[in-house]
Amino acid sequence: MIAALILGCSIVFFLQFFVPYCRSLIAASSSHVLSPEVQDVTGLTTPASGEDFDRVVQLLRLCPDRPEDRGEIRAIGVYFGMLNFLTAVSRSIAPSVRTWTERERGRCTYFAAVALDRRVAFSRDLLAQQIEA
Amino acid sequence: MPGSASYAILLLGTLLEALVVVSALKRKVFRKYFVLNLYMALCLLVSWGRHYIIAHDGVSSLQYRYFYFYTDALLTIVLYFSLISLYISVFEEMKVGRYLRLGAVVLLAGTSWFSYAVVSQSSHKILTYFAFELSQNLYFVGLVLTYVLWAAVLKMRQTPALLIQLVLSLGIYFSFFAASYALSNLHPTLYSRVFYLFPVVGCLLPLSWAYAFWRVPNEVRLSPARLAMAAVPR
Repeated sequence: MIAALILGCSIVFFLQFFVPYCRSLIAASSSHVLSPEVQDVTGLTTPASGEDFDRVVQLLRLCPDRPEDRGEIRAIGVYFGMLNFLTAVSRSIAPSVRTWTERERGRCTYFAAVALDRRVAFSRDLLAQQIEA
Repeated sequence: MPGSASYAILLLGTLLEALVVVSALKRKVFRKYFVLNLYMALCLLVSWGRHYIIAHDGVSSLQYRYFYFYTDALLTIVLYFSLISLYISVFEEMKVGRYLRLGAVVLLAGTSWFSYAVVSQSSHKILTYFAFELSQNLYFVGLVLTYVLWAAVLKMRQTPALLIQLVLSLGIYFSFFAASYALSNLHPTLYSRVFYLFPVVGCLLPLSWAYAFWRVPNEVRLSPARLAMAAVPR
């Protein structure tokens, strides 16, 4: 009984920490202005739509990997999956929650585009260093 | 989990722990978050010991299990004091550091006494079970304390993004472990599988702290209330 209670509390607490953690990662990238190249490639509208998330992540996977952003991209991927679930559940029950999830999904897409921008810049720097060497 | 996979995960965890300390030194926040870095440095030492035992006795050996639980209890206590250091950092202006330290010691003593009371009734291998029980209870106490700290942070207008990420990742880590221990108490047959997940989950904290120290500038401040779940549906 106590173990079940602790398990339940832990799951609730986990969500209470995980969601703000993902939102803090997203907030840190929201002030980043995308380069014109990434805007062209992704074709993102303002504000970004959650529908584009998978496409931007596919583009992200085409770029050389950066170990330091791997964890945060994975965390946002899990958060995006949770938002998809919430969107599906809240469709008919709570329209206000759905509006919020749509906005959050769009912010996830923007986060992925910022990560893509950083990876492109990183690859460009790497190439420049190789040419100089 | 095969020995090579365990070894690879341990190696990854060790590298991440080293990266946390290096990042903190590079960003000149080592002294500011000294207890957190002390914990990571201890993790590095313990990981080295675990590498040694896996290499000599294997991941399924009794030696590894004993070493794992004794060192885990020690690390959990240091992690508990890391959390208290975050409390002191958050409440720095209120000058309540002495009371927080005293409260932390009293709570730790209470948790140790409770753990001893549980194991003394049901086991003959008291020391081993005490280490296990203490870790398990401290993870839950740590989880509740992190939640209280996060609730306090939420009341603040602007808080350094670095501190927010350190607190939240600690909360995620504690909740993972508290849930894993609770699950294995509910279904003891699951325990042997859950045990192999611990090193994987153990990589999450150094990963998120390394990211926070490496990438989040200390001067960036966020409004915690805007990040909270309670502020979500408008």
